[in-house]
Amino acid sequence: MPIERLAGRTAVAALALAAALGLAAWGAAARAGTPADTLVIADKIDDIVSLDPAESFEFSGNDLLNNTYDTLVELDPRKLGPLVPGIAESWKLADDGVTYTFKIRQGLTFESGNPVTAEDAAWSLHRAVKLDKTPSFILTQFGFNAENVDQMIRATGPYELTIVTDKPYAPSFFYNCLTAVVASVVDKKEALSHEVDGDFGYGWLKTHTAGSGAYHLRSFKPIDSYVLEANESYWRGVPAMKRVFVRHVPEPATQRLLLEHGDIDVARKLTPVDIQGIEGNPDLKVQDEVRGQIRYISLNQKVKPLDNPKVVEAFKYLIDYDGMVNSFLKGQFTVHQAFLPKGFLGAIDDRPYKLDIDKAKALLAEAGVKDLHVRIFVRNDQDRLEVAQALQNTWAKAGITAELRVGTGKEILTEYRARKHDIYLGDWGPDYPDPNTNADTFARNPDNSDDAQLTGILAWRNAWPASEVNDMTDAAVLEKDSDKRAKLYEEIQRIHQKVSPFAVMFQRIEQVALRKNVQGFSAGGSIHSAFYWATTKE
Amino acid sequence: MPSRGGLIGRRARGLAGLAATLAATFLGLLFVTFVIGRVIPIDPVLAIVGERATAEQYAAARHALGLDRSLLVQFGLYLRDVLSGDLGTSTLTAHPVLEDIGRVFPATLELATIATLVGVLLGVPMGVSAAVRQGRLADQAIRLVGLFGYSMPVFWLGLMGLLLFYGDLGWVGGPGRLDTSFQFVFDLDVPRITGAILIDTALAGAWDVFRNALTHIVLPAGVLGYYSLAYVSRMTRSFMLEQLHQEYVTTARVKGMPEWRVVWVHALGNVLVPLITVIALSYAQLLEGSVLTETVFAWPGLGLYITNALFSGDLSAVMGGTIVVGAAFILLNLLSDLLYRLVDPRAR
Repeated sequence: MPIERLAGRTAVAALALAAALGLAAWGAAARAGTPADTLVIADKIDDIVSLDPAESFEFSGNDLLNNTYDTLVELDPRKLGPLVPGIAESWKLADDGVTYTFKIRQGLTFESGNPVTAEDAAWSLHRAVKLDKTPSFILTQFGFNAENVDQMIRATGPYELTIVTDKPYAPSFFYNCLTAVVASVVDKKEALSHEVDGDFGYGWLKTHTAGSGAYHLRSFKPIDSYVLEANESYWRGVPAMKRVFVRHVPEPATQRLLLEHGDIDVARKLTPVDIQGIEGNPDLKVQDEVRGQIRYISLNQKVKPLDNPKVVEAFKYLIDYDGMVNSFLKGQFTVHQAFLPKGFLGAIDDRPYKLDIDKAKALLAEAGVKDLHVRIFVRNDQDRLEVAQALQNTWAKAGITAELRVGTGKEILTEYRARKHDIYLGDWGPDYPDPNTNADTFARNPDNSDDAQLTGILAWRNAWPASEVNDMTDAAVLEKDSDKRAKLYEEIQRIHQKVSPFAVMFQRIEQVALRKNVQGFSAGGSIHSAFYWATTKE
Repeated sequence: MPSRGGLIGRRARGLAGLAATLAATFLGLLFVTFVIGRVIPIDPVLAIVGERATAEQYAAARHALGLDRSLLVQFGLYLRDVLSGDLGTSTLTAHPVLEDIGRVFPATLELATIATLVGVLLGVPMGVSAAVRQGRLADQAIRLVGLFGYSMPVFWLGLMGLLLFYGDLGWVGGPGRLDTSFQFVFDLDVPRITGAILIDTALAGAWDVFRNALTHIVLPAGVLGYYSLAYVSRMTRSFMLEQLHQEYVTTARVKGMPEWRVVWVHALGNVLVPLITVIALSYAQLLEGSVLTETVFAWPGLGLYITNALFSGDLSAVMGGTIVVGAAFILLNLLSDLLYRLVDPRAR
């Protein structure tokens, strides 16, 4: 046989083998659709560091924990905002303004079958304070510490919890903080049965859950997936979705394919391009949810002439708010100019600034500033860089030369915290669902000296003494009347918009893409994490 | 002729030398990984405690990681841990790194093995065919196929493959290793023995899950296999061309040896040594975990694991992953060394 033919035949045979493999696969494929009682979500979950509620501080981890644990007071995904009863069926504040009493709902059980008692609630808060992980400040800001917390938070009956704060804070402030994941009620008996060297079960809880929430954690594979199973004795009623399967799908285009094909019900990380691509698909829908993050620029008040009020004001007129939102930020951000995100108590929609180059030039001239040269400090993240470049262009029209100082997140942050920037461009997300979370950092600066090293406070990082609003921000955390408190925050923000060196520009929107038959899914809005229990499929 | 005892002694010395080289390579690998891990500008402490931690929380975490001790002491402790099989605990997953790798590596191994099989089974015959028909249509066609596989980014090829075969035609399963419903069956009913889904399901007799897994692996393995095929066929072609022009080939033909024997036994036999190196290298590369392929196909493998760890400053995981990849390289090198000895008497 001629050699050519033989070699050719071998190649053909090999190709046939490959084809056979392909065909074998073909026969079994194409079984689209998710099970009717299962919610399948594609997300990026590589940010989960810990499943311990005392430690978790990341988006995906909090999503998981919000569905597996209950807190004393909670939020309703169907109407985010007002507080609703959680493990506590009622609560009251004594006349002294510092003693809170919570009546614990009877008959609740944890995943283990253990009953939920006041002792579990007290112990959970103790452990969060004593473990002293990053989110612990949400609790310790009420005066608790490792030494006093056993006295200040006590079970005063099997179903009665009493908490005493160090000052008469605004009750709404306190209750709002209790809805945070760090205040989740953990099964004391179960956690302690896994305790190692007095760690309150921390090592075990990093990868397990022991709550009484709508779901129990069935399996957790880091950076891969997790499965939740409905809590058959959930006090709000058994959730419609018996299982929730969250898959780590890092590539947005892949998420889109899976969704279009019906292999998932919800895609949470699509790009604006993907969102546009699925428009008009009759099987899908897009749900816009405003989230808590805001994007802002801030001017370092240690740098001349950025400390001149006229210059500060000029910059606020040198931002093409609408232009950006209608072009490259479309669908991802909405214009928002105050430091409290929409959805928070006291949030305002005022938009005093718009792009006005002539006005900005006049202000700069009044300030006697010519040929201004500044550096914008920004991390090398595509969507922030685009904003920085847009600012650069706009500023050039007013005769300002802007240079981009681009670095990794950690680099830029280090310089920002050391007050070494000129103008910083970045994002801020709230830590807990109360206005104080942002007011405390944007509108309060107890000591502006370099030595104070209040690196966690944005006002300090920008060397802004915040003297116009300091007292008001302090007063707002103590204001008992919620309406008055809201008014106070509105006023603080209006002053802040005028005088502070911060120009808040945008608020983040999350575009969640879902199969049409999915109802009631909530990513948590601007104030909380995702809720799965209210979700149904038709 | 050397005595039999001398021969054995020489072989033993050869093998001992090989073992010593391997040990030194491994130690070097550990050292380099360690040093790189300490000089990269990622702060593992900040990665754990987050941006808003206080100085005390930061210091406590730093101490817990042992980062406040001298570098030499740290390396000594590290060496001791690694040698006793402890690669540390991943800060990202809170699991021991070895356990994590035991979970993600089989996924990569399975994919890489099938891809390499595809690459070799198709690539070698294609390379030989092309060499035999040098300059003719078949040669040109095979070279074009190879060039295409060589120059298309795997990422793009994967996405396009998904779009066509999964999105449009529905011939294969989507991203991930299983459909959702089969995932539950797999998680609950199939015991983990090897971690390779096809083997485990076959062992358990769960044939419907096996078929589903097969529909999911076909595409990523096909894409990677194509990539490997492009490389293998190209190299095979050039090795073969060199051999086919040698005098012994002409002699064999003149002696009247059947043409298939000349090509497939004599010429191919002589290119096996370099070919084994090529295949081993391409296999090792796939074992590293093709990050892009794993990303596109949401394939929970080693590449994705190391990349994630790197981005979140999870040093133990990065170093553990690197060691495993390095060890795989060393082992494959050893294997191809041993294979040389088998196919080439001169190397014994």
